[in-house]
Amino acid sequence: MTDPLVKPKKKNPVERTRLPTRPPAPRSRAAQGLTRAAAEGVFEMQTCGDCGALQYPPREVCHQCLSERLVWKDADPRGTLIATTVLRHSNDLYFRERLPWKVGTVKMAAGPSVVAHVHEDCAEGGAVRLALKLDRSGQAVLHALPEKDTPNMNDAPQLRESTCDPKFRRVLVSDGKSAMGLAVARAMLDAGANAVFLGDPTSWKTVKAFDALVASDPRVQPVELDVTDTDSVDRLAASIGGKVEILVNTAAYLRDGGILGRKDVILARDAFEVNVLGMMRLAQAFGPGMGFRAADGSNNAVAWVNILSIHALAALPARGAWSASMAAALSAAQTLRAEFAGAGVRVMNVFPGPIDEEWEQLTPPPKLAPAAVAKAIVQGLQGGLEDVYVGDIAEELRTRLRENHKAVERELGQ
Amino acid sequence: MSAPRTRLGYDGVVAVMPVTIPYARYSTRSAHWWLGRALGELIRGSGLAKAAVDGVCVSSFTLGPDTAVGLMQHLGMSPRWLDHIPMGGASGVVALRRASRAVQAGDAEVIACIAGDTNHVDSFRNTVSQFSRFAQDAVYPYGAGGPNASFALLTDHYMKQYGATREDFGKLCVAQRENALRNPHALMKKPLTLAQYIDARPITDPIHLFDCVMPCAGAEGFLVMTEERARAMKLPFVRIGSTIERHNAFPDDPIQFRGGWAMDRDALYEHAAVAPADVDFVETYDDYPVINMLQFEDLGFCAKGEAPAFVREHDFTIAGSFPFNTSGGQLSVGQAGAAGGYLGMVQAMRQLTDSAGATQIEGARVGLVSGFGMINYDRGLCSGAAILERGQA
Ligand SMILES: [Zn+2]
Repeated sequence: MTDPLVKPKKKNPVERTRLPTRPPAPRSRAAQGLTRAAAEGVFEMQTCGDCGALQYPPREVCHQCLSERLVWKDADPRGTLIATTVLRHSNDLYFRERLPWKVGTVKMAAGPSVVAHVHEDCAEGGAVRLALKLDRSGQAVLHALPEKDTPNMNDAPQLRESTCDPKFRRVLVSDGKSAMGLAVARAMLDAGANAVFLGDPTSWKTVKAFDALVASDPRVQPVELDVTDTDSVDRLAASIGGKVEILVNTAAYLRDGGILGRKDVILARDAFEVNVLGMMRLAQAFGPGMGFRAADGSNNAVAWVNILSIHALAALPARGAWSASMAAALSAAQTLRAEFAGAGVRVMNVFPGPIDEEWEQLTPPPKLAPAAVAKAIVQGLQGGLEDVYVGDIAEELRTRLRENHKAVERELGQ
Repeated sequence: MSAPRTRLGYDGVVAVMPVTIPYARYSTRSAHWWLGRALGELIRGSGLAKAAVDGVCVSSFTLGPDTAVGLMQHLGMSPRWLDHIPMGGASGVVALRRASRAVQAGDAEVIACIAGDTNHVDSFRNTVSQFSRFAQDAVYPYGAGGPNASFALLTDHYMKQYGATREDFGKLCVAQRENALRNPHALMKKPLTLAQYIDARPITDPIHLFDCVMPCAGAEGFLVMTEERARAMKLPFVRIGSTIERHNAFPDDPIQFRGGWAMDRDALYEHAAVAPADVDFVETYDDYPVINMLQFEDLGFCAKGEAPAFVREHDFTIAGSFPFNTSGGQLSVGQAGAAGGYLGMVQAMRQLTDSAGATQIEGARVGLVSGFGMINYDRGLCSGAAILERGQA
């Protein structure tokens, strides 16, 4: 049984901070199929489109019939743990600092044998289920997990290396006065966060729900933060930058309006100011500190969360300026992901459909409750995901994009 | 379907001139230096002119970016037959196999088979981190930066499946160390007791310190030529009774508990017209003790799963009931990269030409050399074996 995680002690300020190291990152292009599945939290294996053989490690052709028609398909994650070992020595710096480390051979019910990280609650000879997760290099690895959930299983140090669980971590919610910001803060508290820094972009304005949340839980600390103001962002980073382990950027600017029907770019500029430049300001102020603390104990800095929109992937012309800012934000997030990769801080992008909030008043249902998006964010962090699609509309649009993105363009334009 | 074709014998082809370039734990030299010295020893020792060596067969992990081709210019050789065998622990057997057929067919007259590697302070790490694509994709990310974890997994499985104990593995290691104390080339110079073996620090459960070979620098070599030439040059020679090789055997086994020998051993003994009982000594590839047990079983000295009992019954020292790894094996001599795949071959040649010095087995007539190599992902892929026989009475 996994020992429950102990709340981390206050850090001794003169103690050296352990610098981040990464597990080996190189992979063949074929193996990146595993990464795509892990990033979205699904379990897929390379499968032959002709004979149906499932294979691992990934190859260029089918090891049975030599067909080149290889596809990635949902696979049965069940297997038997037929051998285990505990590494007590490693030449690799990352593992050397984390010994002992348990790995094993799992004979998959679907065919092949795989080498996997082994959860401490798995018994040799017993049934396990495999999961694809991203490691601190951002690359996919297999974890053998107990067949059924066990108490505190997410607290196991090896598994926690692949996840970004809010438990005992400190979270900055950049805009805590929006419905989304409040929902995210509540979800983080429920998930066991040690502290929530609740950003307040409008200290001159009273928002009852904000005040109520601050009053309800001593873990909530209101902080002044306006992502459109570089000084404001820098001031906050100087004050709490070393304590932020998960940053959820809830600052958002959503307005209706396309491009041709206007004579100015004020709307577009405002959207970019918050949605794109705001993210960049936060990243420049908080990113380096988070990277520095990416291996700092059990409450190391782990995740940067961007709440985007499914329209980051396909413009909604009725909100053309805003859509463009979402696409730009997605592009910036991809750069952040590359820039954070060296430290191992995960960049998680959230792609919801329309959300039930004031600026979506005229959008017909289905609309997502902010609490539902917040829940998906917590689950994404606990699962260690990189891309989270929330709600039926987001899922549907994504499927349609895969089928025919030209058709989606035409249909969204109507 | 037509009847299976009969394999030709190795009549008229012999192996001569086993050479060892004494190993060093670390070396500042490159692989070219070690391989060049081995070739030099072969030429000087045999009395051949350099140009008379018209075939070369090379194995090395650390020769990069060169291959055997670049090495030929480096060494000033112009062979008409050249092979590069990247098969690790199976390289010695496979080199003998390839070279003997080339000489037999007349494609070359004299083939120098050489294997060697250097070992810089950090080269073991570099070699393992670039070993194979499957290892890169599916082993290194799990902390197993090297073969220890892969062998730990199959050792764990073998122990649970067949009841082998650490004492059984220890008995083999202790016997090999005893043999090594008679071999001046062995890097391990101190006796090893079973208690020391058992108490050694764990590396990767159930692998402990003395289950692991020590990487080092070194080179080995031998010549393949016609019997007629060997007689004319008065070089002591060994005959090749039979050889086998196999790659990626039993791919559907969920974890390795047998090697390719199990597919080919009947052919091995039949072709040489000998039985396991006729074999006077065995030189296995011993990168980890469990692999010795696989070889005892798969080469027919006992049935599958019975190697632990076989180990308990026998004495594996030079004067014992089952003389085995008489040089001390890689576990006690050191693992000089690809030269580790030649260690058993040159030792067997010495045994069969009465040049094994203090490790000599009285009157050895038939020896078995076995090779195993290349953990590409989760298991060793190459296996091979050769039966060698005393040339001159
Ligand atoms: Zn196929």
